[in-house]
Amino acid sequence: MRLTLALAALVRHRARTLLAVIGVAVAAAMLLDMVMLATGMRESFRQLLLSRGFDIRLAPKGTLPFDTDATIPSVGAITTVLRSNPDIREISPVLGSSIHIQAAGRDVSGSVLGINPSVQGDYELLSGTDVTEPGVMVANDYLLGLVHARIGDTLSVATGYDPQTRSYSGQRKLKVTGRVRFIYGAAEQASAAVRRETLDSMESDARRDRASLFMIRVRPGADPDRVRDWIETYIPTVSAISIATAIAQVDQRLSYFRQLAVILGAVSLFVGFLLVTTLVTVSVNERTGEIAVMRAIGVSRDHIVQQIVAEGVAISVVGALLGLGLGLVTARYLNAILSAFPGLPTAIDFFLFQPQAAWSALGLLTLSGIGAGIYPAWRAASLPISETLRREAIA
Amino acid sequence: MSEPTDAGTVHLDRVVVSLRDVHRDYMLGAERVHALQGVTLDVERGDYVAIVGPSGCGKSTLLNLIGAIDQPTSGSVEISGKRVDTLGDWQATSFRLRNIGFVFQRFYLMPILTALENVSLPMAEAKLPREEQRARAAELLSYVGLSNRGRHRPSQLSGGEQQRVAIARALANRPALLLADEPTGELDAHTGADIIALFKRLNGDGVTIVVVTHDEELANAARRKIHMRDGRVVDDAGGHA
Repeated sequence: MRLTLALAALVRHRARTLLAVIGVAVAAAMLLDMVMLATGMRESFRQLLLSRGFDIRLAPKGTLPFDTDATIPSVGAITTVLRSNPDIREISPVLGSSIHIQAAGRDVSGSVLGINPSVQGDYELLSGTDVTEPGVMVANDYLLGLVHARIGDTLSVATGYDPQTRSYSGQRKLKVTGRVRFIYGAAEQASAAVRRETLDSMESDARRDRASLFMIRVRPGADPDRVRDWIETYIPTVSAISIATAIAQVDQRLSYFRQLAVILGAVSLFVGFLLVTTLVTVSVNERTGEIAVMRAIGVSRDHIVQQIVAEGVAISVVGALLGLGLGLVTARYLNAILSAFPGLPTAIDFFLFQPQAAWSALGLLTLSGIGAGIYPAWRAASLPISETLRREAIA
Repeated sequence: MSEPTDAGTVHLDRVVVSLRDVHRDYMLGAERVHALQGVTLDVERGDYVAIVGPSGCGKSTLLNLIGAIDQPTSGSVEISGKRVDTLGDWQATSFRLRNIGFVFQRFYLMPILTALENVSLPMAEAKLPREEQRARAAELLSYVGLSNRGRHRPSQLSGGEQQRVAIARALANRPALLLADEPTGELDAHTGADIIALFKRLNGDGVTIVVVTHDEELANAARRKIHMRDGRVVDDAGGHA
């Protein structure tokens, strides 16, 4: 009966209730988006790191992978040391460099990775074949579009270009054998991959036998953090980064972002709270006579409180459910805008839907609805019955 | 429980309402208003009492004290042998639910509930089984002549019909006492006459009624008429003698 009466009170002023529900839905959408934003990028980054099954990344000492142009020397020697640890299952050294391709009378520049195709974790093949032999390359659609090339075409690729003399260095003819998507690459980043020895042969002597990054898989059951500690002990020229430490570093870098999301989320929650409190308070003020009569005929204070809190909760929950849908739509739209930010991997999502985020938003809004109902409920339950009836009679 | 009053002999075992030297003051801005000044009164089971007097003489205040929705500044109020002026809110609410039925001038039915549901409301609050609620609500609606209007909402009922539903609601938990504050105040003469007839029938069936009214016809229908002025009982026609 109490729930019926609560819903009845809301249905009595349909337009007003609808506006409040829409207001709460907007606040809920904002809250969900902020919860998704606060956790989404971190989770998305974690999923990205885990996607290829590599547990540890080695970068030049004091840097993050591909954060600078610095490289790790003596790839062969380091590989030998790494192989001495039985917990290490696979080692994938990667050398990053820039490339220049002359196409249609202009220079197109991009980046190239020198990899070992049997253990690489940087791209996935979309069509064609991988770099199974020297003298071939795979490229992403963006690069192929810029140089108007297709699988089977041969391109003149250089690792150095002097714009003053318009001369190339480290130039070599490479045949395109496949289309790929780079997992860590940005959308508008011209990228290619070749075998590491192919890239070595195109680089100057100073860049040979070097790697920008090692990616390491550990044996199942082995502790990646223990392996990481072992690597840093035995190879002092590298920083070993496990997924946990990478996420910790990302957390540190995203802390401002997260604080902003928390503040905006709290503001939207507060706005929703005020909206519901105002609506229910107005509704209670309009029904003081009715409430006083209910009290007079024997309805307890507790039941009045429950009925009015139920009104607040009903508005909040319906608004929250609508807001979840609205939040997902706006998150998708905002994600598309933010993902176009230059230099960000396409696989990174700013707004990642996680059921836990939705439950958190719904839970917070329900709690807010309870909180919002408490003040008007307290007012209603505290109405002096006889005085209210006297005022009503005079009115 | 009660002692003899100025009005005459009281049958102690039959007294439903007993007020002794009741005062009720309240503040109106900075001014203290003496709404009731030493009212002593008994109402016996089966009485039909009309309290009349000019506006502001304390009629409604007296009814509120009898109904345990207000407390006196001093004096005592007993209903069915229980001191209600000293009850806390929870106890007073529970007491009202089971012992007192209220009828108001403006009906105050819940607009979204049907007539049957409105009558069931006090029974639901008293946690009666749902089947019993339905059966009794239907029986009460039939008693007040609205057996075919149970599924109608208040907005679909006339003023007189709404007041009859309110009376049925007041009787839901079989109260010892029915209190009515200007029950014909919002009704035309013809509909008011129907309500007066219903009250007489209720009283004839043993319901104790105390009604506050300006309506001469309603007051004349009562077996006992108490006149009030300036917070005092000035005449008690038909009092216990």
